[in-house]
Amino acid sequence: MMAQDRSKRNFLSFFSGKQFLIPLAALLALVIFNLIADPEFFRVTLGRNSAGDPVLAGNLISILDNGSELAILAIGMTLVTAASGGQDISAGAVIAICGSALLRVLCGSDLTSGQIQSPIIVAFLVCCLVGMLCGAFNGALVAFFRIQPMVATLILFTAGRSIAAWINNNELPMVADSTFASFGGYIKGVPMPTPFFIALICFAAVWALLRFTSLGLYVQSVGISEKTSRLNGLDPRIVKVGVFVIMGLCCAVAALIKVSRLKTINYSIIAKDIEMDAILAVALGGNPLSGGKFRMSSSILGAYVIQFLTTTLYKFDVQSDALSAYKAAAVIILVVLSSPVVREKLMKLLRSLSEPETAGKQV
Amino acid sequence: MKIKRIHKKRFCDLSDSTVLTMITAAVFVILYVFAMIVFQKGFLKPQTFFNLLNANAALMILSCGMTVVMVAGGIDISVGGVSALVTMCCAVFIDHHGGSFTGAALLALGIGLAFGLVQGFLVAYLEIQPFIITLAGMFFARGMTTIVCEAPFNVQNEDFVRIRETRINVPFLGSVNKNGIFINAYIEIGVIVALLTAAALFFLLKWTRTGRAFYAVGGNRQSALMLGINVKQTVFLSHLICGLLAGIGGFVYFMHVGSGSAANAAGAEMNAIASAIIGGTNLMGGAGNIIGTLLGTLTLALMQNIVSSAGLDQAWWTGITIAVMLCIFLIVQSVLIAAVILHRNPLTYGSMPAEFLYNLTKKSVGASSAQVLCGVALHEKSPPDRVHRQIIVYRIRGQTLFMGSIIYPVFCFFLSS
Repeated sequence: MMAQDRSKRNFLSFFSGKQFLIPLAALLALVIFNLIADPEFFRVTLGRNSAGDPVLAGNLISILDNGSELAILAIGMTLVTAASGGQDISAGAVIAICGSALLRVLCGSDLTSGQIQSPIIVAFLVCCLVGMLCGAFNGALVAFFRIQPMVATLILFTAGRSIAAWINNNELPMVADSTFASFGGYIKGVPMPTPFFIALICFAAVWALLRFTSLGLYVQSVGISEKTSRLNGLDPRIVKVGVFVIMGLCCAVAALIKVSRLKTINYSIIAKDIEMDAILAVALGGNPLSGGKFRMSSSILGAYVIQFLTTTLYKFDVQSDALSAYKAAAVIILVVLSSPVVREKLMKLLRSLSEPETAGKQV
Repeated sequence: MKIKRIHKKRFCDLSDSTVLTMITAAVFVILYVFAMIVFQKGFLKPQTFFNLLNANAALMILSCGMTVVMVAGGIDISVGGVSALVTMCCAVFIDHHGGSFTGAALLALGIGLAFGLVQGFLVAYLEIQPFIITLAGMFFARGMTTIVCEAPFNVQNEDFVRIRETRINVPFLGSVNKNGIFINAYIEIGVIVALLTAAALFFLLKWTRTGRAFYAVGGNRQSALMLGINVKQTVFLSHLICGLLAGIGGFVYFMHVGSGSAANAAGAEMNAIASAIIGGTNLMGGAGNIIGTLLGTLTLALMQNIVSSAGLDQAWWTGITIAVMLCIFLIVQSVLIAAVILHRNPLTYGSMPAEFLYNLTKKSVGASSAQVLCGVALHEKSPPDRVHRQIIVYRIRGQTLFMGSIIYPVFCFFLSS
């Protein structure tokens, strides 16, 4: 907690934290691997997109672009993990629901014309509301009915995509509006993809939230000990529902980007397996998956590292269906390395290697 | 007063998974009778019931494995992925490499066992959360399925097809077809396997030392450790059994569909968890039984059957129905657990009604009588609770003075009578 406070005081100091080293090391390993395999990976060029505007292109840009949804989700997932000690596995399904609701409002009754029938801001607000409702549902199950987070979110995980299909009567609305498309593409005259800026806004918002309110402290104290926080006059139920609502909001923002990118929605495929990536981002960021302390910046970097890994794997012609096997292997290795038992053994081993005589005395 | 105590005891018994099982059994019977009345044609045939078994034999096995893990306090969501991997590997083994039926069965067992071993080791001995490990296991298995072979295909091998299409007639049960010929109802081999597995697990959980250890570890790890149970080994064993059953379940699924595909057994893990929960397995561990799980699977399958019979056969209705059922049963379970905690210790967080009543009555009749009145046993000796109580008493006084003034006389009356 002290470390967290200090990092809050000095914005730059979070780069010095030990926890930040884990995703940084993973990133470094990936960069070196790519440098050796193919230095062309890092080339960034100034090309022109289909509309004729000058835009930046290259693998690095696409990582920043495609990683934004994941990074936004990682924000919510970090808070959920820290407060409840479990993960939200309904993220992908909630994105499908939000996206479906967004398109429903946007297209109104006319699903095929491609013209938008209502202002984008209204549609987005409805989308946020739906996301927050989903989050509140999950949060209520976790906080008031005391169901394990993963099992509670299992309900929406099972039903989410079905509900999404139901909202639009299983039709696939198309949107051909250029303003709407710019959320997932490019704004005229700006060479960087818009999702990157949306992600930046989210980071700024969450940084302000953690810096100027005591949300971070509340979340951590509930995650570390529910009973103690209650004795200190903090209602853990409110905090838990709160973090799930924030998670829902993150899903809504991610849904906006996803739907705008695709200009339509595919209920069974949109944001598939993204919850896995988000959990992986939190784990990679060095946050304990059993709740308690967290470091937001570390999770966000973790999300981009995962996108880096995905892009690298795609570059080596790995099938998108087979991708999950590699990622799962990465998760297992990470989780095993970060488990307290293994860490303790490793520390012992390291200590005995560096100072054989003291270790001998201790044993 | 004695009567009240007995009543309390009975209420505590309610929390046992047997009651949830009984609820499930009642729901199943009511649903089936309902279906018989509404959709007369199909549901009056015995074959409809046996088709439920045929189609869900694999799910039953998976649910049984899930029950064992959940009783021991863990969870395994890799079962669906492992089943898909098994179907694909067996299909490739039989069709592309000319393998035999026995070889494929052994391969299925081997894959299941390997997953169980690795996951069990990571969960039990490295103390990693079971959900994370098995989630990774699920994605790994699904990914591996695509790596083994991309395109789904049907197995053409004659031996296999012959065994797969073996039908076992059920004596005395059947229906008369249009031409007036009596046709016996039939079941597939998979059902026999499923029932045998369930029987073996029922025996294991009920009457063996290992089986009871699962309940002990799931109920309270610390106490189990103090009783001299090898907790780590027990957790490891539960995951091993679940992995093994995922292998068997995958093979039964393979025998039912006869094809290898990455889309096989999609969502099976969720259905298995839902079945176990509906059948009365406690999510927190320590309670559950195999009979309930079987009934849970059948109830779930029956629901889907009714939903499609009712003409709501759009794919999304199935998902929503299962989720709604899961939600209802989870909440019922959670309320039951809360009720038990409330009766054991009224000052546990979340049992406001008991705290409220206790504190109200205590003022007029004294602590010990209040305990009896509220049907609670207090742990007077634990200091944290005492601190906690102080806070809650304070809060209640401020908020509910008015309510108290109404309920107060009623309790005084109760005590005097």
